[in-house]
Amino acid sequence: MDSELRVISRVFIRRLKFVATALVLWPVMAAASPSTSIFSTQSTPAREVNGLAFFVLGITAAIFVAVGALLVYALVKFRARADDVAEPPQVFGSMQIELSWTIIPILIVTVLFLGTARVLFSVQDAPKPASALDVTAVGHQFWWEYHYPQYNITAANELHIPVGQGTTGRVTYLKLTSADVIHSFWIPQLGGKTDMLPNRVNEMWIDPAKPGLYLGQCGQFCGTQHAKMLLRVSVDTPEDFAKWIAGQQKAAVELPASGANSTGDAIDAPTGQRVFEQQACINCHTVSGTVANGRFGPDLTHLMSRATLAAGAMDNTPGNLKGWITNPDDYKTGSLMPAMHLTEKQYAQITAYLQTLK
Amino acid sequence: MSETTIPIPSGAVASERGTYLETIHSWIVTVDHKKLGIMYIVYALLFLVIAGVEALLMRIQLSAPNLHFLSPQTFNRMFTMHGTTMVFLVGMMILFGFGNYLIPLMIGARDMAFPRLNAFSFWLSAFAGMLLYFSFIGGSGLPGTGTAPDVGWFAYAPLTERAFSPGHTIDYWTVAILANGIGSIGTSINILATVFCMRCKGMTLMRLPLLAWIYATMSFLTLVAISPLTAAQAMLMMDRYLGAHFFDTQAGGSAILWAHFFWIFGHPEVYVLVLPAFGFANEIIPVFSRKAIFGYPAMVAASVGIAFISLSVWAHHMFTIGMTSYGNAFFTLSTMLVSVPTGIKIFNWLATLWGGRIRFQTPMLFAIGFLFQFLIAGLTGIMLSISAWDWQLHNTYFVVAHFHYVLVGAIIFMIFSALYYWYPKMTGRMLDERMGKWHFWLMVIGFHMTFDLMHIPGLLGMPRWIYTYGADRGWGTLNMLVSIGGGIQGIAILLFVINMVWSYFKGPHAGPDPWDAWTLEWSTASPPPVYNFAREPVVESRRPLWDLKHPEDPDSAFD
Repeated sequence: MDSELRVISRVFIRRLKFVATALVLWPVMAAASPSTSIFSTQSTPAREVNGLAFFVLGITAAIFVAVGALLVYALVKFRARADDVAEPPQVFGSMQIELSWTIIPILIVTVLFLGTARVLFSVQDAPKPASALDVTAVGHQFWWEYHYPQYNITAANELHIPVGQGTTGRVTYLKLTSADVIHSFWIPQLGGKTDMLPNRVNEMWIDPAKPGLYLGQCGQFCGTQHAKMLLRVSVDTPEDFAKWIAGQQKAAVELPASGANSTGDAIDAPTGQRVFEQQACINCHTVSGTVANGRFGPDLTHLMSRATLAAGAMDNTPGNLKGWITNPDDYKTGSLMPAMHLTEKQYAQITAYLQTLK
Repeated sequence: MSETTIPIPSGAVASERGTYLETIHSWIVTVDHKKLGIMYIVYALLFLVIAGVEALLMRIQLSAPNLHFLSPQTFNRMFTMHGTTMVFLVGMMILFGFGNYLIPLMIGARDMAFPRLNAFSFWLSAFAGMLLYFSFIGGSGLPGTGTAPDVGWFAYAPLTERAFSPGHTIDYWTVAILANGIGSIGTSINILATVFCMRCKGMTLMRLPLLAWIYATMSFLTLVAISPLTAAQAMLMMDRYLGAHFFDTQAGGSAILWAHFFWIFGHPEVYVLVLPAFGFANEIIPVFSRKAIFGYPAMVAASVGIAFISLSVWAHHMFTIGMTSYGNAFFTLSTMLVSVPTGIKIFNWLATLWGGRIRFQTPMLFAIGFLFQFLIAGLTGIMLSISAWDWQLHNTYFVVAHFHYVLVGAIIFMIFSALYYWYPKMTGRMLDERMGKWHFWLMVIGFHMTFDLMHIPGLLGMPRWIYTYGADRGWGTLNMLVSIGGGIQGIAILLFVINMVWSYFKGPHAGPDPWDAWTLEWSTASPPPVYNFAREPVVESRRPLWDLKHPEDPDSAFD
């Protein structure tokens, strides 16, 4: 009996140790993929907000401990006992006490409000530096479109911005709008949400502290695939960013037909391009430098420069790419891209073409 | 004791029992506030179970990353129906039910001011609920090919416009809420008229039970809040069928307009739901502490204050929508100010407990759970009012956890407390204490497992309304625990349903005044006769039954 207990307690202690280790290691383990925690901020407005958040957490925790302790004390101290016979003395109230617990909360509210107002105005009304990068982000059901007016380029889903001022880069100013319903742009490590509304332009700015990949997703329900409207932001060093811009500025080209074999049987990029351009694909997609100039879906000119497909729904691999264009519903039910009902060969040809869009 | 002065009629009521058909007929045609109140409550409890099942289905889907238990479309329908049902068909209905049942009894009246309006309002609201659920079969326009609405309970435009929501699901949602709202307006008018015109002799406004005060405040707030909602629903229908462009952004309409209309209803609505919970606490905590409520005038002022302030806080739901810094600052301050009267309430309840002889019976256990949970909900509410921080917290599971802390931790807990407390009055039987304690502890464990932990995925960046999430986000373990907690709450509520049915037939007889309480409803039989009081009561203080029980130390001496 005794030894059994000892075994059980030993197992229990081992489990406790495991849980404790897991809790300590949690941030380390989570670091394997980029964090979306609102507390691990890597950008200026998000960091100011984070400081405010800890200030508020401190005050509310103190209130909780104080009031909670009084409640517990009252419940224990004034519990009914078996030998109670009479009713307790009846007390109806006290104006002084009422005043004290009216005025003290008002003082706390004043402090909280002033702290908030400071951050609020410094973030929202910050002057825009002349060197700022402008990006216009447009929300679509269920993907993201980006325009860089200073460079005349258009990208989709994966946003590239330079590292911020502190690291001799630039601040990024985003103009946010929507092509259909309300979306919300949110990368927790870089900044809070800003909604994207049709018929309206909202603004936000971010000043990231260090290069890297940052994740986020749509923050406002926008339809069937709200869950798979994921955001990836690559914060680049100034050099990498310049390189990326240069790459994005290159237009695609009409590929020459592949030699004598122009019957349409070859599974190669030039044939694929002809299939792509003869099908409805070009009604929605742009490949700059070619006849494809649709605006409804993502710009595909540099599709292969992206790590994921369909706004982060899957990795950008040849297999996924072919499966995705064959039947989008298999990967992202409710996506607005239709299945085109082509032949297996045509899908292979289009895939071969799309893979040349670097 | 009381029997001598306020005569309690003998239980001659239940003796003539009709056939089943007669019984059903009597319930359908009734204009008796007690029967209507019970119908409201039973109807709401049925929908509580339905909406609870919808919640559990969602929790199964979210319990691990990348599950395919529900399709994306089904998941979206589930959270829309869960939210709409819980707010309009459970919350509003059950609270109106208690109001209907209790107010005339507590103010010594024989019925509501307008009994027929009362019945009309109930049936209108009830059929609105049916209409909403009929969308499951009729929502696509053809019988049998329906789907429920899938736009979230606040249905932001322009997602609800025909371009993005074809079919009739939105129409069912709109018309159901519109009709339900008309029912709510009828009941609110009725409650206001009853409280202000039907009080018995001697019951001045400052002797009114706090519950009646709160119901009057809540009814006033309902009248103000439902109007913009009704208007918005009418505008949406005009957009959808008459070519208006209020919210149709493709034709120059405004998406923000809907958000303003909805939240100027939606935030006061939260107080419409939580004020009656405060009202229950105001009645139950004193009785089980054996002390008068501390600071009655402050409590009245706080309730009215909350109602007024709550009309100026709506845009704190819109801190990310692109308001100016001044707009955000205003709504930050107005929202924070709500915490002042709310704090007064918590401190007054604390002061009521102080120096009492607290009895830990089931109604009180739930009320204590309410006190702690409402404290935490209030503090997370302060966090959300910090507009700059709300840019991060908005639309995450932190918000979902916060408002479930209010709706479940405060309101549902107080509804359970009220059911344990007044069930004996309504049925004449006590609910089983042992099952009640099991219900309470399972509910506490399940509630905290679900909603305490639910804050964390929100802080880790998990937005609401997502039907699934990737394994790499690290939200899996927490969501599994949250779902298990949901299951425990499900078991607790099942136990409560069993308790209610079992006790109805087998519970010990309650007698008129099982809790040794002080308000007028305990001076008549359980269940009360149709006419409530054989002789209209006359009161001389806030606690007429205390005066009768303690002639040596009556409240009326200090009144």
